[in-house]
Amino acid sequence: MDKHVVIILPHPDDESFGSAGSIAQFRSQGIPVTYLCGTLGEMGRNMGNPPFANRETLPEIRKQELKNACEVLDIDVKMLGYRDKTIEFEDRNAVANHLQGILEEINPSLVITHYPGYAVHPDHNALGAAAIQAVEQMEKSRRPVIWAQAFARGFQKELGEPDIINDVEDQFETKMNAILCHQSQAGGMIGQLKNYKDLGAEVLQEAKDRFGKEAFFTL
Amino acid sequence: MKPIEINQVQRWLDKFINTSVYIHVETTNGAYASHFDDKAYNVGAYVRNVQITYTQAKIVGEGNAFRVGLKTSNGWIYAEGLTDWTIHEDTKVLLAGHDREGRLMVALQLSETPFDY
Repeated sequence: MDKHVVIILPHPDDESFGSAGSIAQFRSQGIPVTYLCGTLGEMGRNMGNPPFANRETLPEIRKQELKNACEVLDIDVKMLGYRDKTIEFEDRNAVANHLQGILEEINPSLVITHYPGYAVHPDHNALGAAAIQAVEQMEKSRRPVIWAQAFARGFQKELGEPDIINDVEDQFETKMNAILCHQSQAGGMIGQLKNYKDLGAEVLQEAKDRFGKEAFFTL
Repeated sequence: MKPIEINQVQRWLDKFINTSVYIHVETTNGAYASHFDDKAYNVGAYVRNVQITYTQAKIVGEGNAFRVGLKTSNGWIYAEGLTDWTIHEDTKVLLAGHDREGRLMVALQLSETPFDY
């Protein structure tokens, strides 16, 4: 099977925070990466700081931010068209079938998604569960490996330690540049990182400690 | 958006009296409140593209935060903590409350035509 990585996450910026370093490493090895982005984060409460978006302009702004980040990461993006905060209320089988159809077309070797039940946001948990179901529905010989990301409080107690820990410090700059594409989300932690290059060595090290490793469970 | 100008907002609310309008009403404290603080709850609600007709409308408040009450034939639409407003696409009234970090806490929006999906 040719190598191809598919990322299945629900919000523009999930890809950058969680797996931009690993994505950049795949790309540096010439491996194609496709991002299936579930929603446009239409219901996000961050509107920029100071706010430059509103509830009605946010979807288009986040769509552009997503495209910019995917350009930085040099990956393809396909928007799945669900609405932010509603994925858990959709028919799980319908979402899984939708994903299965796309996966069978791409024929990936690896799928990266959220670990259902351990990814905090209901959209993360629901899309992760649908992605895993989609893979399970595929013919055995065509099934990609799944890497699932968990970050709920105390997940280690129940799941143990992740078996994949990618040191992505060599891709730190690309990862930061991808994160910073999501300017409307600057009200959160991105705001503090805007001028990361001018920060002191100590703060830079803290950011590297925080974003320099990406952990996954192989399912 | 810009800080609420009470007289101008009142004029826009008056325009829609006895007209069928689509509303978007929302409040949220984010999806991570209980992740960052295990004693907190995630709280939010939204209603989008429900049609109502109101017979009275008033915006009230002092300082930088305002309340709006819309009286319908058998109930009320209410929102508080509104700080900013704008007119979207020339016809849609958007009111929202933002916290100090610019995050949306509450929204009340009115339009004679539906909001996008």
